[in-house]
Amino acid sequence: MTNMMKVRPHPTQNEALLFEKSSPGKRAYKLPPLDVPVVDPAELLQGQCRVQQAELPELSEIELIRHFTRLSTWNYAIDLGMYPLGSCTMKYNPRVNEFVARVEGLAEAHPYRPDTHAQGVLEVIDLLQHCLVEITGMDAITLQPAAGAHGEFTGILLVRAWHESQGNPRKKILIPDSAHGTNPATAALSGYTVENIKSNSEGGIDLDVLASRVDEDTAALMLTNPSTLGVFEGEIHKIADILHAKGALLYMDGANMNALVGKVRPGDFGVDVMHLNLHKTFSTPHGGGGPGSGPVACKAFLEPFLPAPVLVRKAGNREQGTGNRKDGTAGLRDLGTGGELHWDYDRPQSIGRVRAFYGNTGVMIRALAYILANGPDGLRQTTEDAVLNANYIRRKLEDLYELPYKTASMHEVVFSDKRQAARGVKTGDIAKRLIDYGFHPYTVSFPLIVHGALMIEPTESESREELDLFIDAMRAIAQEVEEKPELVKTAPHSTRISRLDEVQAARKPILRWRKTGNGE
Amino acid sequence: MRYLPKSDEERRAMLAEIGAASIDDLFASIPAEYRLDRDLNVPRQQAESEIIQYFRAAGDKNSTGYASFLGAGAYRHYRPVIIDSLVQRGEFLTSYTPYQAEITQGTLQAIFEFQTMIAELTGMDVANASMYDGSTGAAEAVMMAARVTGRHKAVVAATVHPEYREVLATYTRHQGLPAAIVGYNARTGRIDLEALAAAVSEETAAVLVQSPNFFGVVEDIPAIADVAHKKGALLIVTIAEAVSLGIVRPPVEADIVAMEAQSFGVALSYGGPFCGVIATKEQFVRQMPGRLVGQTVDGAGNRGFVLTLATREQHIRREKATSNICTNQALVALMATIFMSVYGKQGMKELAEHNLAKADYAAKTLGSAPGAKLRFSGAPRFHEFVLETDEEPAAWSQRLLENKIVGGVELSRWYPELKNCTLWCATEVITREQIDTAARVLTAAPVEA
Repeated sequence: MTNMMKVRPHPTQNEALLFEKSSPGKRAYKLPPLDVPVVDPAELLQGQCRVQQAELPELSEIELIRHFTRLSTWNYAIDLGMYPLGSCTMKYNPRVNEFVARVEGLAEAHPYRPDTHAQGVLEVIDLLQHCLVEITGMDAITLQPAAGAHGEFTGILLVRAWHESQGNPRKKILIPDSAHGTNPATAALSGYTVENIKSNSEGGIDLDVLASRVDEDTAALMLTNPSTLGVFEGEIHKIADILHAKGALLYMDGANMNALVGKVRPGDFGVDVMHLNLHKTFSTPHGGGGPGSGPVACKAFLEPFLPAPVLVRKAGNREQGTGNRKDGTAGLRDLGTGGELHWDYDRPQSIGRVRAFYGNTGVMIRALAYILANGPDGLRQTTEDAVLNANYIRRKLEDLYELPYKTASMHEVVFSDKRQAARGVKTGDIAKRLIDYGFHPYTVSFPLIVHGALMIEPTESESREELDLFIDAMRAIAQEVEEKPELVKTAPHSTRISRLDEVQAARKPILRWRKTGNGE
Repeated sequence: MRYLPKSDEERRAMLAEIGAASIDDLFASIPAEYRLDRDLNVPRQQAESEIIQYFRAAGDKNSTGYASFLGAGAYRHYRPVIIDSLVQRGEFLTSYTPYQAEITQGTLQAIFEFQTMIAELTGMDVANASMYDGSTGAAEAVMMAARVTGRHKAVVAATVHPEYREVLATYTRHQGLPAAIVGYNARTGRIDLEALAAAVSEETAAVLVQSPNFFGVVEDIPAIADVAHKKGALLIVTIAEAVSLGIVRPPVEADIVAMEAQSFGVALSYGGPFCGVIATKEQFVRQMPGRLVGQTVDGAGNRGFVLTLATREQHIRREKATSNICTNQALVALMATIFMSVYGKQGMKELAEHNLAKADYAAKTLGSAPGAKLRFSGAPRFHEFVLETDEEPAAWSQRLLENKIVGGVELSRWYPELKNCTLWCATEVITREQIDTAARVLTAAPVEA
């Protein structure tokens, strides 16, 4: 394995479950002495007192540190190397983001403190709203949704509320067959039926098909642009026109916004409403699955329907929705100089709340720190580098891996396992083999319109050296597929555990540890 | 730009290898009329020191150093230092959802431990990891109950957090799943059991109650479960204050528990990110939304963990999924896991007892101040209580703020009948001195000249 430049094996330590390591009497905490009278819980709680303690582990602090540190060493992470999961935008998560999210006055702010005593965090939210409205080219925004799918739900409810205000909520949402699973799930959650639109030979929307499917029952088209193939819908304006002519709206899934920031704005090409993923495009950490944040930006006609409350600024006698502000780069100087900010709950046309409080504020803080670190020039350069990296990979691998759609790639490239499958090796096998070479796999078998898809999104965070190592690994694997396919089919060979029995896991689920000897 | 690992020379070389004359070639598929030919109107690129300065200034502009009696679904508890040390390890922080089990066993085992501890605390069989927050968890639990029962009506206690109820209304409005609200007993603050019995029918999918409820009062869960189960409805108990489980009887009669785990070591952070969880009985697990980790073995028989029962989820089932949730609150769940491990079996009880004691002292002290009285005083409480004052809250809360104290939250914004009533919370971080000061300032109404 001469070409495994990136890795060399090293032992990781075994670590049992917390419960298996526990022994009675050990502890990792110390409470200060109680400065008020001791109470009798049984008396105060009048029979609602807990009798049997929960079986939580009993361990000392050093054991906990080692436990979780050892577990952490079993994870792959962006901090260790390239994480080319298509559609997930696994970019560098700057550490200053973590630092500022923990600034005391922000991290310890209670959501119900009076607005007058929360002006600092409201300024942060206001500035982020301004930046995101500018980046998307939309008119207004809500930061309440907690993740992308939550944003989709919010956005489709805005669509629905608007149609209802026109007298008819309409019945269906059109969704391309290349869309993320969240799109149809969202449409169903919003009370719409889903109608799938087959992609054309270039992987994009077929305008004739679209025109034939859009009617007075169509509420919206949910479109990912660039698509999950990493392809920009070149006729996007025509798509918008077809929808608008029938009174339907254009919803954009902003999952792939990392290909667009600073180069083109959805609001300028006909999008009515869209969501962003702050945990993708704006560098907040994925944290093993979350938290995220899924702001929804919309055109002015949808603004009255935004979830309540909405942030407004008192400026003299008039109040102004802050999302509408287009007053320039004064952002940082605003602190302490603008009118007072406060939450407006009086929103009679609002779709209602989608979450308690105001959203994942801690994630918003990190996203704003990222925008400030970049500025307009950095944001544009970031987009350009992301697209450059994807095209570099495409160029260096297209001779060995089948490119099902030859359309120009933006921030990600999608290959098919067609050639390798002829040798009995599937995309999932190639993905597992990449692990042995020191990389996280790409996104496997998605989008569904590509047979055996390899969906690769390098992001801007990869140096040329790291890209070349990845390319070398992919080329070496292609060769292995020809020469020793079994090696690939049984990968990974270097990990703590080999492929796990997922069938058994699902058939007889063990979803928790139980104390042995208690009859379970 | 300091996050971008390329020199201009490298960019040029890469473009040449691609065969592009300039970077613009790679954006040629975007119609020219839509391309942005100007800088975005956002603040200029800032140095790291400037960024820190900006956020510190914002933090200072939020009033800091106040004693706070605010609770109402977001609770201030001490956060052990090792939580942040551990969750900031890049291997946890910068990892994705653990679909590739061979290289994400760390996250997977920690989630399995989380699921176990939540199940232990709630008295349920299984728990997911995770939902966005307590409010969306409660809404998803109601929809889950509708799938389990095949019924399409909900009965909801008025003492469920008002914002949870608002979220529920948003979620269920287009599901054909109306919710009837059941009031509370004016003396005890508990759900009105007679009204509940009248509201529940053979068409009821779920009864949703909160305990401790929004007024801090512990509900009689066995009695409520009887009413629900008699008509074949499921009982969903939502828990906004997870620390209560250290001392309050777990809702074992419930079919689903939808809780908010923010109290387990998660910063208030102006309302998020928090951590919702749904726990339930084993027989309902296939109707549960959200991710689940299961134990299994690899080819050599080694124990390992995987995401499982994915056929419930949107990436497999699309419009037929149990939920559209994808990104969740995994890192926050890890914080909670570490918090539960730090306190452990004994500590969780001791911590809850401290909360109980502080709140009891605060309720008695503030409730016996002239011009103030305790509402719902006969019912069992955890660490929140409702105070009714002769004076309008707007007046005394201003006085408290001048003394660097944030008093209770005014209830009339959600419960018009509770005029001059405020909801107070005292956790272990409140001191006796702060409680005494608050009581003194509260009653020190300025004397009219």
